[in-house]
Amino acid sequence: MLLSAQEWGVVALSAKVSGVAILGVLPIAFALAWALARGRFRGRLVLDAVVHLPLVLPPVVIGWMLLVAFAPAGPVGGWLWRTLGVTLLFRWTGAALAAAIMALPLMVRAIRLSLEAVDPRLEQAARTLGAGPWATFRQVTLPLCAPGMLAGAVLGFARSLGEFGATITFVSNIPGETQTLPLAIYAALQVPGGEATVWRLAVVAVVLSLLALVGSEWLARRQGGVGLQGGGGAHVL
Amino acid sequence: MSFDIDIVLARGGREFAVRVAGGPGITALVGPSGQGKTSTLDAVAGLLRPRSGRIAVDGAVLFDAAGGIDLPPQVRAAGYVFQDLRLFPHLSVRDNLLFGWRHAPAERRTLTLEEVTGFLDITPLLGRRPHTLSGGEAQRVAIGRALLSAPRFLLMDEPLTALDPARREGVIALIARIRDAFALPVLLVSHQQQDVARLADAVVEI
Repeated sequence: MLLSAQEWGVVALSAKVSGVAILGVLPIAFALAWALARGRFRGRLVLDAVVHLPLVLPPVVIGWMLLVAFAPAGPVGGWLWRTLGVTLLFRWTGAALAAAIMALPLMVRAIRLSLEAVDPRLEQAARTLGAGPWATFRQVTLPLCAPGMLAGAVLGFARSLGEFGATITFVSNIPGETQTLPLAIYAALQVPGGEATVWRLAVVAVVLSLLALVGSEWLARRQGGVGLQGGGGAHVL
Repeated sequence: MSFDIDIVLARGGREFAVRVAGGPGITALVGPSGQGKTSTLDAVAGLLRPRSGRIAVDGAVLFDAAGGIDLPPQVRAAGYVFQDLRLFPHLSVRDNLLFGWRHAPAERRTLTLEEVTGFLDITPLLGRRPHTLSGGEAQRVAIGRALLSAPRFLLMDEPLTALDPARREGVIALIARIRDAFALPVLLVSHQQQDVARLADAVVEI
């Protein structure tokens, strides 16, 4: 399909924003998934609810919260500006932060399912064979849940590609800086004669989302295939 | 005494007192299911903490509630052959066999991969994945994995249960050969008393 240079720029910016968002949030999502899957502590239900908030809150509320926190006078934004001299406001990095927060619940869900699908009896076997807790994690748990983790990352990537409400509220709609795919579609809808652009970008969005969904489901099934019992596996959808 | 076990186990809201004083060779734990036989093996391996008591193997104390000793499983050097085998599905047979060997301190590795695969007749399986093995093949790989981990003793949970009579004879002979060739104390759980009576040097009923 033929996209204009400007439209390619939109797609590339979206990929950069989502890629950075997912890579950055993956360790956090994994730690949260681990705590929810394996942890036995007070407040697990509360943590579970907080992690899922971005899934049910209006995205514009998340965007507004980020705006309040990261504005130059805000608690986090003020600190960032004073110590590092950076601001996320109206920057692509802010778009990545918004995308990461919106993708977090889906990723935690997928990774948690894949962790719960790892048979703890295999980890016990590793321990009796001389592997300490950390070696067991690296050599047994992680490889067994890797496909599910990757599935979660792909799903999160797709979700963050589509992020609109929090992004436009937090970092506005600046071409070349914060104008990701959905924002560009929205902008094109506002101008007369923008329909052709809308069509092309919409097709890109549909294709990318479908690829991500199929890929993530395929990865989740692969984990099922190597399980102790076979079958099972982590299906997010 | 190779196995010197005197513990109280708590499992599923019940308590079991288990006392084993095994001589050298093969000690068999027999008795109906649900009496804590597997839990006893788990306790010796360090996977289940007894409520109280003491576990020692060949004079080495692995657990002593009164003395505050509870060695983690990775330093107990138990060669545990689980009833459900628990081969690692993401590793080849070769990497399964070498898993414990790689974690063992070099000076304690007394066996090589070639010796063990030859002994167990599993050399042709090295490149395969666990899910492609037959039940008997998988069991021999699990035994090989335990032997290669430089164990100080072997724990075997129902090694004869899932086998047909002909194969059971083979495994009985194999376990006897392991005892004689490697001079390892073996604690074996079974609910089949006739088989065990022929194999074991000491039988403990629980």
